[in-house]
Amino acid sequence: MLKAEGVSKYYGDHRALHDFNVEIEQGSVFGLLGPNGAGKTSFIRILNQITAPDQGSIRLNGEKLQAKHIQEIGYLPEERGLYPKMKVGEQLLYLARLKGLSKEEANRKVKDWLERFELMDRAKKNVEELSKGLAQKVQFIASVIHEPSLIILDEPFTGFDPINTEQIKQEILRLRKDGATVIFSTHRMESVEELCEKIVLINKGEKVLDGMLSDIKKQYRSGNYIIRTEQALGTISGLNIIEHKQHFDAHQYLIEANALNKQSLLEKVLPAGLVSFEEEEAHLHDIFIKLARS
Amino acid sequence: MSNLGLIIKREFSTRVRKRSFIILTLLGPILMAVLLFLPAYLATLPGDLKVITVLDESILMDFEKGTDEIKLRYLPPDKFKLEQAQEFSKQEGDYAFLYIPLSEGGDPDFLGRNVQLFRDGDVALSVEGFIEDKLEEYIQKEKLKVEGVDPEIIARTKTQVNIRIINTEDGLEAENTTLVKMGIGYVAAFAIYLFIFIYGSQIMRGVIEEKNNRIMELMVSSIKPFELMMGKIMGIGLLALLQFVIWIGLGMLLYFIATSIFISPSLESGELMANAGTNMGAMADTPVFEIWRSLQGIDFISVILSFIYYFIGGYLLYGALFAAVGSAVDKESDSQQMVLPITIPLILSLLVILRALDNPDGALAFWFSMVPLSSPLVMMARLPFGVEWWELLVSMLLLALAFLGGVWIAAKIYRVGILMYGKKPTFTEMFRWIRYKN
Repeated sequence: MLKAEGVSKYYGDHRALHDFNVEIEQGSVFGLLGPNGAGKTSFIRILNQITAPDQGSIRLNGEKLQAKHIQEIGYLPEERGLYPKMKVGEQLLYLARLKGLSKEEANRKVKDWLERFELMDRAKKNVEELSKGLAQKVQFIASVIHEPSLIILDEPFTGFDPINTEQIKQEILRLRKDGATVIFSTHRMESVEELCEKIVLINKGEKVLDGMLSDIKKQYRSGNYIIRTEQALGTISGLNIIEHKQHFDAHQYLIEANALNKQSLLEKVLPAGLVSFEEEEAHLHDIFIKLARS
Repeated sequence: MSNLGLIIKREFSTRVRKRSFIILTLLGPILMAVLLFLPAYLATLPGDLKVITVLDESILMDFEKGTDEIKLRYLPPDKFKLEQAQEFSKQEGDYAFLYIPLSEGGDPDFLGRNVQLFRDGDVALSVEGFIEDKLEEYIQKEKLKVEGVDPEIIARTKTQVNIRIINTEDGLEAENTTLVKMGIGYVAAFAIYLFIFIYGSQIMRGVIEEKNNRIMELMVSSIKPFELMMGKIMGIGLLALLQFVIWIGLGMLLYFIATSIFISPSLESGELMANAGTNMGAMADTPVFEIWRSLQGIDFISVILSFIYYFIGGYLLYGALFAAVGSAVDKESDSQQMVLPITIPLILSLLVILRALDNPDGALAFWFSMVPLSSPLVMMARLPFGVEWWELLVSMLLLALAFLGGVWIAAKIYRVGILMYGKKPTFTEMFRWIRYKN
């Protein structure tokens, strides 16, 4: 679907993106991760043709990225904003038409989307009269109204309450089911783990890591165990306890993976009244911090 | 509809529906008429009567009465001493007290140095001026007497000269029409100045608003920044044009209403035209006919066509620069300093016009009517006097080139500026933006 090769972008002396390569498959939800200032927005702006890369190329469906592709891309920028003194319906119609829809088609789509988000009664209200959450929904509609095949969402859940977040999540998944590819840019890892299949992590303009989320998690697995017991564990030979926490009447231990295999570890901790036993999962958040710092 | 068309339509339609636009469009001509006529009307109103007590020991003033606003009340010098007179003036509540002492040895210059005007507080300039003028006049008379010249002779030999200036250019023997030409030149140049200022700053405000609403990024992901900028400039330009046309229409309507009500029916245009043919001699003396005749000497078609060209060209050039400034700042208050390089040539042009109207073929007027940032105003001021065709052509060509260059530079700054937030850029940084690649 989308292939970026050797993409670089400089602003004067500042290196925003350097030799960046990525491939995104059709119909996937792709996570573009990185701390603030890593180069995510620069890459997104190149995809949206707001700026052009200094080097490298972008291909969309095998074609070199060009002006006509603007209509195939939907973009929800991190900087949210609409014309406050324009009516909701009028505004969506205007933005849809700028994306190349005919008047009739745009009218139909505006109606559909407003109904889907139960905003029909606000169509004639000025944007400035809406609550923040509702305005965010209008903003989301504005970025997908032309039903693009590539949707770029930059921090899409900022400013949403949990109920609206869930609604937007469902919409993203629905759009993907209908065949859209979603690029999801964020520095909030919890939402990434829920939605993305594949990720790329960039830092200081360079790619640090990319691949399937499940593979990355496997790769960065520590092999440590988390066990909960009713009684405190005494000193057990060959067992290295990294961390011990006490929650009311239960004890939680983080045990370093070492020569002990799962079988013999279980045998040793069973007498202390084993409550639960699990392998420590690699959290994207920790991988992210680890890599970003290195 | 193309994207540019959609943007123009939005910029135009959201503004044309605004209450402030409708009110300004309807009230504009009335406000302007009030601004033009109010000072003249106020000047005709009688002011407060100011009575000045005068103790004229030299009998210099010859019991001058004063004017409608300033009355002089004379006290007999043989009955009043200075202090008494001053006291009397206070008791009467007179405006001021004028004391003209006895001249030493009849020397008129002594009086010029020793006359005193007393008042609790400041004296109005008009009063001071009046009294000084009168004193000068009477002292001069005294001096003439000393020199043995009869002031009556001076008065009798005073002469007023009104030379008749005939323009012999092109064999067209027309009466001098300088004043009318100056009027047309000034009004045309001033209209361009006004519209560039009003609508240029509206463009700038619009861009700042879009930046503040954070809608820029969404917009430029759908359309090119250049389209967004030009759409705004052209949409607001159409608004300016609409307002201008309405103002002219309303102005003419007001003029016709005013002339039919306030000016005697014999001066109505129809009769005037009829009389002009049959009764040339009698009409030639009326000022209305003089203006009407001087208008015949002006090439209106070229003035009007040039006006349209300079109006649009000047507006587009300055509009692009205003848009660039708007894109560079986040707040309107930050724009003050940035807008200075744009307003200076505009204000300078307005000052040059005053000289250009007096000497339309001078070097100053010529060069300023060639330089694109000042040519829309200065050339319009020169045009009614007649300008060589090549000068007009070069000036128009330079303006067109400057417009292309200005828009190119503005678009470069705009493209970077609209996505920059936070720090107010310096001119050096803006200059660097111009050299950024896409």
